[in-house]
Amino acid sequence: MHNLYSFANSVLSPASPYARDIANLFWITFWISLVILVAVSGFVIFNMIRYRDRGQGGLPPQTHGNTLVEITWTAIPFAILVVLFVLTVQTMEAVSPPRHPKGDPVNVDVIAHQWWWEFRYPDSKVTTANELHIPVGESVHITLTSVDVIHDFWVPELGRKMDAVPAHPNTLVIEASKPGVYLGTCAEYCGAGHAWMRIRVYAQTPADYQKWLAAQAKPHAPPTNIDQIVGMGFFNSSCSACHNINGSGTPGAHDVGPDLTHLADRDTLAAGVMANTPADLRKWLQDPQAVKPGVHMPNLHLTDKQINGLVAYLEEQ
Amino acid sequence: MAQKSIAASPEPADPHELPFPPLNRGWGWLAWFSTTDHKKIGVLYMVTSLFFFGVGGIEALLIRLQLAAPNARVLTPQEYDAIFTMHGTTMIFLVVMPIFIGLANFMVPLMVGARDVAFPRLNALGYWVFLLGGIVIYLALFTGSLANAGWFSYAPLSESAFSSRPGLDYWIVGLIETGVGTIGAAVNLLVTVVRYRAPGLTWWRLPLFVWMMFITSLLILFALTPLNAGLIMLLGDRILHMHFFRANAMGGSAILWQHIFWFFGHPEVYIMALPAFGIISEVIPVFSRKPIFGYKFVAGSGIAIGLLSFAVWAHHMFAVGLGVPLNAAFGATSMLIAVPTGVKIFNWSTTMFQGRLRLDTPLLFAAAFIIQFVIGGITGVMFAAVPLDWALTDSYFVVAHFHYVLFGGSMFALWAGMYYWFPKLTGRMMDNRMGKWHFWLAVVGFNMTFFVQHILGIMGMARRTYTYPDLPGYFALNLISTIGAFILAAAVLVFLWNLVWSFRHGEVAGDNPWDAWTLEWATTSPPPEHNFDRLPPVRSARPLFDLAHPDIADHVPSPAEGHA
Repeated sequence: MHNLYSFANSVLSPASPYARDIANLFWITFWISLVILVAVSGFVIFNMIRYRDRGQGGLPPQTHGNTLVEITWTAIPFAILVVLFVLTVQTMEAVSPPRHPKGDPVNVDVIAHQWWWEFRYPDSKVTTANELHIPVGESVHITLTSVDVIHDFWVPELGRKMDAVPAHPNTLVIEASKPGVYLGTCAEYCGAGHAWMRIRVYAQTPADYQKWLAAQAKPHAPPTNIDQIVGMGFFNSSCSACHNINGSGTPGAHDVGPDLTHLADRDTLAAGVMANTPADLRKWLQDPQAVKPGVHMPNLHLTDKQINGLVAYLEEQ
Repeated sequence: MAQKSIAASPEPADPHELPFPPLNRGWGWLAWFSTTDHKKIGVLYMVTSLFFFGVGGIEALLIRLQLAAPNARVLTPQEYDAIFTMHGTTMIFLVVMPIFIGLANFMVPLMVGARDVAFPRLNALGYWVFLLGGIVIYLALFTGSLANAGWFSYAPLSESAFSSRPGLDYWIVGLIETGVGTIGAAVNLLVTVVRYRAPGLTWWRLPLFVWMMFITSLLILFALTPLNAGLIMLLGDRILHMHFFRANAMGGSAILWQHIFWFFGHPEVYIMALPAFGIISEVIPVFSRKPIFGYKFVAGSGIAIGLLSFAVWAHHMFAVGLGVPLNAAFGATSMLIAVPTGVKIFNWSTTMFQGRLRLDTPLLFAAAFIIQFVIGGITGVMFAAVPLDWALTDSYFVVAHFHYVLFGGSMFALWAGMYYWFPKLTGRMMDNRMGKWHFWLAVVGFNMTFFVQHILGIMGMARRTYTYPDLPGYFALNLISTIGAFILAAAVLVFLWNLVWSFRHGEVAGDNPWDAWTLEWATTSPPPEHNFDRLPPVRSARPLFDLAHPDIADHVPSPAEGHA
């Protein structure tokens, strides 16, 4: 098991050309802002020390204003803002979906749910959840929608954030310059599970990525022992109302809950709330509400035998 | 020069002999329910707002307790969601907006030299309807649920399919009521300023607080009306199965709600900021012993801000996916609004330059206001730079930003105004030593609470999450923020105690304890029911200055006028 959270995920540690453009714009505005802040607060504090009433009596000079000064301090900020606006538009063009993407982009359909992420790779018919795999150095074109309320896809190191709005598909381009795991989260308040709607993006070398994709395209391994057989049976009779496992024998796509094909390949459960270990999966199956309050998965009051079976079947490599 | 004696009666009246504020009928405390006196209604607004400030503050402390450590379980997610929704709703609709309206209710008629407001009965109705709305929002507690869709209640989360409990319906009805009350108060202030100014008090001589409240009232009129329309549509969706904001084949649109809400929501920010600008524009000159630098530019920039505030709403929606051209256009208007705001900042700080600064509590709060508001303004410009919004919106960076504007800005200005005008309201000074304690605790507590939230936002912490994973730095920064919140709470307790203590035991103030220059200081403290026995002549923006210093009066009489 990896250390779940050993990676920085800051807007200012960009790992993609898009995030780098945003970070550069941040630093430009930051330094301009700092100069203005130091100047204004320095002037205020200077005045309070230098011109404080020392009991000398009388009135200070009653100056009422100066039009030239007013015009100056209207014009200079305006000029600064014109420059900032030009930089803004340039950066917008750079970090929003480019009209002519380089090469042949990777396409991913991202479908937001309360409170998990569905990732579909339309070109290879792979469906997974909460953990997005992408190849390093390639533009990844995301088509973003929601099946319920408004969510927001945000992985700070890889690019801008974008809302997932029902009936309003958005497109978003991300890219990772170097391999690694990049953490993100749903950024738009979406109800009780908003805190645990986290995203993990695995940027892999193109070869590793292709290997992962090929493995995911295969059906879930068939059961080989009695526990797994019990588990698959229970999955097909109950869990498959909401979940899908490619190869379980229950036809059709059920995406009320995450697709559980090759669950064993994932590092986390329930959109980042816990690590994907048999012990944690057991805890989850015993009482999902206790682990992730508000989650739409009910407590099914499973017997130990059913839980053993499900854990064996779901965690099968 | 016969008018000179009008300004001050020879002996300061003992406030204990004056009813507070003067009662129009001898009904004892019942008179508070029947009053149409603008001063009493002003006090009612302010006391109600202070009560809700306590409620909203306790909600803030609960939020910070839950977030003090990762994976804390002080509150359930459902409780947390209701509490942050009510915190925002309470502070905006039941604290900042009404406390400014209350202050304006008390002060504006006095500052324009009027006997009362234009529509005293509408004024009373406005307050009681506002109070009803505030009560209705919290009455939802009796249904076992509170609104929990956030203070901007985005559809479709706020639709019955996702928020089926009645708390949200109470929230909608309550907000419609506070909206109606507030619109009544705004109409009243507008007409009072237009029609009831003292002779000689031309537009360019109006106190800047009156100017800002005038613009604020216009914003209320044009911003709260669309909000109420939107709320009625949302209520229709929820209880009559309409589909304004439900994304379905019937043509509803979730994004439409955002347009309506933010068409209200951004002017609302200035409804909460312009009165603060007005207070600062009164306090800084008086405590610098100089006229405001660039009076017309301070007033004019207020008008510019008021107009621009209706053209920036979509900057709350940059992440929605409106497309680059629309985002760029709203980015441009949003940056533009920084220009008139900057003009104000420069004029205030230049007013202090070469002054004779009396470092009393009101000026301390005003100075802290300037610096903290600049921080909130700068991060505001960052959000107008669209790609930075794409990175930082909906994170703790935006929480830090708007608390610097609304707490570091509006609330600090309000405190400056409270210390400044308390003697006029009650006839007694607020205690200066407690004032200093209040000030320093507030500066330390406020900045400790909110400055670190900028960093958390940059580090990827989303707002409105009931808890957070134990990522590097998250725990430490959140703990600092929580400790800061409790220091801030201590500051508020000192303030409240100062109010209560000074009301009973404060030094007797007299008519014009600060040696200020606008008309409200030309009457007794507290003022009589009819406000003024006689008014001084108004020949400039500083009539009392002209009276006290005829030799260097702001108003230079033309030879035809002579010195009469």
